[in-house]
Amino acid sequence: MDKDFSRREFIKISSAGLGGLALSNPVFNWLKGETMVPGVLPGTYKRVPTYCEVCFWKCAGWAHVNDQGEIWKLTGNHEDPHCNGRLCPRGTGGVGMYYDEDRLKTPLIRRIVNGKQVYREASWNEAFDYIADKMKKIADEHGPECIALFSHGSGGKHFGRMLKAFGSPNITAPSYAQCRGPREVAFFSTYGEGIGSPERVDIRDTDCLVLIGSHIGENMHNGQVQEMSDAIDKGATIITVDPRFSTAASKSKHWLPIKPATDMALLLSWINVIINNEWYDKKYVEKYTFGFDELKEHVKNFTPEWAYGITTIKPHIIRKTAKVMANAAPSVIIHPGRHVTWYGDDTQRLRAVAILNALLGSWGRRGGFYNPEKRNVAKLKLPKYPKPSKTWRDAFPEQYKLAHLALASGICDATIPTAERDCSFKGWIVNGTNLISTLPKPANTLKAIQSLDLMVVVDTMPMEITGYADVVLPECTYLERYDNIRVSAHREPTIALRAPAVAPMYNSKPAWWMAKELANRLNLQDYFPFATEEEELDWQLKQVGSSLDEMKKIGMKKFDREFDDVYPLENLDDYEFNTNTGKIELYSTAMEDEGYDPLPTYTPHEEPPEGFYRLNYGRAPMHTFSRTANNPNLTDLMDENSVWINPKVAKEWDLANGQKIWLENQDGIVTSFPIKVRVTERIRWDSVYMVHGFGHTDKRMKRAYGKGASDSELITQTKIDPVMGGTGMRVNFVTFLTEAPIKGAV
Amino acid sequence: MIEELIVSGRMNPEIDPHLHAWPWYVPTDLFLAALVAGILIFSAFLTLHGKENEFPAAVKRAPLFAPFLLGIALLLLFLDLSHKLYFWQLYTNIRWESPMSWGSWTYLFITPLSVLWAAIHIQDVFPNLDLKFSWLKESIEWLKTYKKVLAGIIILLAITLGMYTGILLSAFNARPLWNSAILGPLFLTSGLTTATAVVLLLKPNEKEERRFIVLMLIFAGIQIFLLIHMIMGYLAGTQVHIEAARLLLGGEYTTSFWVFAFGFGLVLPVVLQLLKLNGSKIPVTVPAVLIIVGGLLLRLIIVEAGQASRWLY
Amino acid sequence: MRYAMAIDTKKCVGCSDCVVACQTENNVPIGYCRDWVIEATTGTYPDLSLEFRSERCNHCSNAPCVRCCPTEASHVVNGGIVLVDHNECIGCKACIESCPYDARFVHPEGYVDKCTFCIHRVEKGENPACVNVCPTKCMYFGDTDDSNSEISKILKKRKWKTLIPEAGTDPNIYYLI
Ligand SMILES: Nc1nc2c(c(=O)[nH]1)N[C@H]1C(S)=C(S)[C@@H](COP(=O)(O)OP(=O)(O)OC[C@H]3O[C@@H](n4cnc5c(=O)[nH]c(N)nc54)[C@H](O)[C@@H]3O)O[C@H]1N2
Ligand SMILES: Nc1nc2c(c(=O)[nH]1)N[C@H]1C(S)=C(S)[C@@H](COP(=O)(O)OP(=O)(O)OC[C@H]3O[C@@H](n4cnc5c(=O)[nH]c(N)nc54)[C@H](O)[C@@H]3O)O[C@H]1N2
Ligand code: SF4
Ligand code: SF4
Ligand code: SF4
Ligand code: SF4
Ligand code: SF4
Ligand SMILES: [Mo]
Repeated sequence: MDKDFSRREFIKISSAGLGGLALSNPVFNWLKGETMVPGVLPGTYKRVPTYCEVCFWKCAGWAHVNDQGEIWKLTGNHEDPHCNGRLCPRGTGGVGMYYDEDRLKTPLIRRIVNGKQVYREASWNEAFDYIADKMKKIADEHGPECIALFSHGSGGKHFGRMLKAFGSPNITAPSYAQCRGPREVAFFSTYGEGIGSPERVDIRDTDCLVLIGSHIGENMHNGQVQEMSDAIDKGATIITVDPRFSTAASKSKHWLPIKPATDMALLLSWINVIINNEWYDKKYVEKYTFGFDELKEHVKNFTPEWAYGITTIKPHIIRKTAKVMANAAPSVIIHPGRHVTWYGDDTQRLRAVAILNALLGSWGRRGGFYNPEKRNVAKLKLPKYPKPSKTWRDAFPEQYKLAHLALASGICDATIPTAERDCSFKGWIVNGTNLISTLPKPANTLKAIQSLDLMVVVDTMPMEITGYADVVLPECTYLERYDNIRVSAHREPTIALRAPAVAPMYNSKPAWWMAKELANRLNLQDYFPFATEEEELDWQLKQVGSSLDEMKKIGMKKFDREFDDVYPLENLDDYEFNTNTGKIELYSTAMEDEGYDPLPTYTPHEEPPEGFYRLNYGRAPMHTFSRTANNPNLTDLMDENSVWINPKVAKEWDLANGQKIWLENQDGIVTSFPIKVRVTERIRWDSVYMVHGFGHTDKRMKRAYGKGASDSELITQTKIDPVMGGTGMRVNFVTFLTEAPIKGAV
Repeated sequence: MIEELIVSGRMNPEIDPHLHAWPWYVPTDLFLAALVAGILIFSAFLTLHGKENEFPAAVKRAPLFAPFLLGIALLLLFLDLSHKLYFWQLYTNIRWESPMSWGSWTYLFITPLSVLWAAIHIQDVFPNLDLKFSWLKESIEWLKTYKKVLAGIIILLAITLGMYTGILLSAFNARPLWNSAILGPLFLTSGLTTATAVVLLLKPNEKEERRFIVLMLIFAGIQIFLLIHMIMGYLAGTQVHIEAARLLLGGEYTTSFWVFAFGFGLVLPVVLQLLKLNGSKIPVTVPAVLIIVGGLLLRLIIVEAGQASRWLY
Repeated sequence: MRYAMAIDTKKCVGCSDCVVACQTENNVPIGYCRDWVIEATTGTYPDLSLEFRSERCNHCSNAPCVRCCPTEASHVVNGGIVLVDHNECIGCKACIESCPYDARFVHPEGYVDKCTFCIHRVEKGENPACVNVCPTKCMYFGDTDDSNSEISKILKKRKWKTLIPEAGTDPNIYYLI
């Protein structure tokens, strides 16, 4: 371990000299209250294709560049099924990512100057040499597998290639164990296929959409928002189950204001009602499913009356909504949601969702779940990757057996050395994920970081995570670079190109180039056979009958489906599912084999102690997690979060609208910053709600620093999903402090 | 519970008019303009009635201030413009529907006339003043022969100016607190009241002082009547006007309005003047200054509160 | 010709895409906006209703801002679009005070600015930027004098309201309810 940094101090302010790099840029005028792109609206401009990186829906669009070579605006690509020509607010405001003057501008290396840890500006060569040396050292001492890549976003593919070539399979994203992992595992074990992204839900054509938590409209995943609107137009019935009066709830015919953490009971009673009344799709169930009788027997006691006592949803409402779904079937979607790591029994809850859909025959049917298809671009001809001798799984023997992807939280835990583990992770490369606010239990994440020999962070912004890096590599934004072709599975297969609209600002570079440069230094140049990314893309595109030139003109290309099977089960044709039994497994043999409950059961969850409220969190339509918190356009729409408190609770605590308070959780952890109270009827009296992604502690982000509070700080407890290791995060409780907490007293 | 909030946008003092589109410049301008209007009305009116020598303070001394006060008022108006280099556009159009337009045209005419009016009286006030140029002396002499004509024009323009200060606001249907037909007469009356105060400060003779104290009482009385009437009018109006009146009745501006503008700026000087008429030895400067400050406060509060009043939806 | 906008409150999710799209399309400086979004909640948990409204200049048929403007900077053009000529505006802000919808603001360069109904796009036969971007497709733009236009049809078919009709401005933004 490098003696110098036995403790990585969080570096808030980088070394002097950075300011000198600030180029003259229109944004500075803009921020002073002048317009971003000077002068009148451009008469002529060119369009450069891109796909959006503000979230992971990856809408294809255009960057409009004016005569002076400045980005004017971003719009959607009309051909693209992800966006249909309309970006969401975050995508439209994506220009702000490029114009943000607080961006990372040059590589930084942690050094000790006068006994203090600071960042020194470095050249790219220095930075790569430093990283390559450390990587080699770790590989020599512990094995290359001890280096992990955490990545969320496009650049991860390039670093992933480099790392696999180096010999480590430990590549992870927070979008699994902190997000949609339980859903994928649940659907996989039921249907032999996952849901994927974009979700294969046929909202556009549905007659009945059931949202359990998923707060579409606040969750601004573009295609779904658009299709939900189409569904409203067509008169579809929306049923929303949410303890909070979400935007989606307000658009719903039936809003079920459920008591938090009790959805499993509702789902089981819906199944009970549908089976007992024989409202299920008999032919479909008979032909395609396995384990119906076991299921019927299993749910026989889960009556609406039973569920009422748990969920507070009245029995007649449970029956009525079940009937509505059944009437619409098979054109009905019990939406599987996306961020589903709530209470630790999430795979099981999503299994219940999958089962309900199967009973109603919506899988593979119009208005239910369609069968997406994608067109892969040609694989590069690369040498074989070395075979790793160990993986992250070795740290968790006999646990999380159905996890089919690496767990970000798992690798984090396995980094902290313990007596039992022979290899802990020694190096992290973190690309495009702000682990400090992304992983639960931030203290744990910091502990892991302190045990590392090497911590590289590739980012565009001086987010919290960069403050702990040994080396910070500034990536240029998505508007300034190429990336891999977007290959997405949809009703029709499409590919989309991201090309640079402008040259990288400051001394920032694309991830592809960084990965290649690192590979060169690690003698892995054979894995990057092309001199430039352009050549690589052109080669790949030519293999599918297109070319870089063509794609630069059209941005996105649609292909015909290979098979005409968007709705393969529409006419009850024969179909073999990718499960042990070849059927939809209502009774999951895969779960049974691994020792998990083959049928979902209800387990009660902990309730808030006296004076505490369940911490509920979610999205605001104009922000993406923490990544947009400093974006000038988007902070202009919303620059802080607030804590939603029911008027009854506010009265009890004598809290006023707009008052600034601190939140303290069950473990005595207090938010770093105060947060404004929003007294609103939209939240239940047993919980509070806040939008994730605020309360930034890094001063280098001037617009975001100290604005609002961070939900992540308060998530110091998790309930781990035994099936796949998902981190249930809605198991924390908070109370209110009206006075500034005394530092150190808590 | 009804919760209405701005999800995004508009939370900007530059955007939300009730967050001060018009700062103190505008109300101060309105105050000065009405004051000048009052001064000129008294001076011209007494001239028309041939009472120049009976009321030297009102007819001769007070108008000397008019050009300066108008100058300040104009400067304030100019300072308030946010696109100053284009101010001349005011005088490429006459727009009768726009009080701002005819107000500026009134300024354009009354300002030079106020200078002429002052010139006519300057030697009466400062007999030792040596007007160096003979052409100047001759011109003033020539002007004096048209004094009555001038007085007539000035009265018309001054009434227009005084009314303008109120109508500028009352034309704005969008700000319910201003949306009262009484505001024009009210501000004109207030201009006359403050003008009496100015006269009283300019060493009037005994008779003049008594007359102007009575005048002040009359105009202040009218003003109190109009104010109460205006507020009753709001309360008899729509919900929107009731809400607007609440700003002054229990709302944010209650104390400043009732205690300072109304109490100290109107009622107290009236009481003091009544006592004085009944023989108390109160220096006339006290009620006079109170009236002037009260007049200014009235404009500041009405403009400020008016911008905070709004339609509900 | 009478341009107007209809916004479907049953579909609007309050995402504010219309606000940021207007900002980038029209170079509206940071800190300012030509449109904005209101969220109105009524009721008591769990009997609640929620309305989102994307608001902007109503291009009033009886526009007080045009009447009170001393310079003719605020004027009405073909189709009833209310515009501000930057080179005629003196920044007296009378129009700001006259607008019951608070739709105008002082641009940092001094003149008064507001929604133009994206006339530069409309003239080319395109929809305004906000209408074009709205992910829920809840905004309709068109000519209400033309009974065959989409907007005329939707106004015939659906229930709607305008904001503060009592103010007498005869607004041209309709909210479908
Ligand atoms: N604008 C925007 N959109 C985004 C993102 C973003 O950052 N910004 N991120 C994207 C990503 S990666 C994801 S994973 C998705 C996440 O979006 P979703 O999958 O929709 O997220 P959830 O966390 O499932 O849903 C949050 C909702 O769950 C409700 N809830 C809380 N507790 C309970 C409970 O016990 N039962 C029920 N029934 N409901 C409950 C909350 O009140 C809230 O309305 O959003 C995507 N879309
Ligand atoms: N408390 C709490 N935790 C959560 C969630 C929650 O709701 N609450 N949600 C969970 C979910 S569903 C998910 S999917 C994850 C998301 O987790 P993350 O994806 O880690 O979310 P962000 O906080 O947006 O972090 C993104 C990072 O990428 C950087 N970045 C942005 N663009 C680029 C780029 O082009 N290149 C590079 N190199 N970096 C870039 C940003 O500056 C930022 O540091 O979080 C999970 N964790
Ligand atoms: S949904 Fe919005 S943020 Fe996400 S990729 Fe599409 S436009 Fe970008
Ligand atoms: S873009 Fe559309 S959905 Fe979003 S706030 Fe504006 S009008 Fe509503
Ligand atoms: S909304 Fe306001 S700015 Fe627009 S036309 Fe009407 S009064 Fe004028
Ligand atoms: S601010 Fe400009 S547009 Fe408005 S009234 Fe004055 S001159 Fe006319
Ligand atoms: S019509 Fe154009 S100017 Fe008006 S709000 Fe929409 S985008 Fe902005
Ligand atoms: Mo996620």
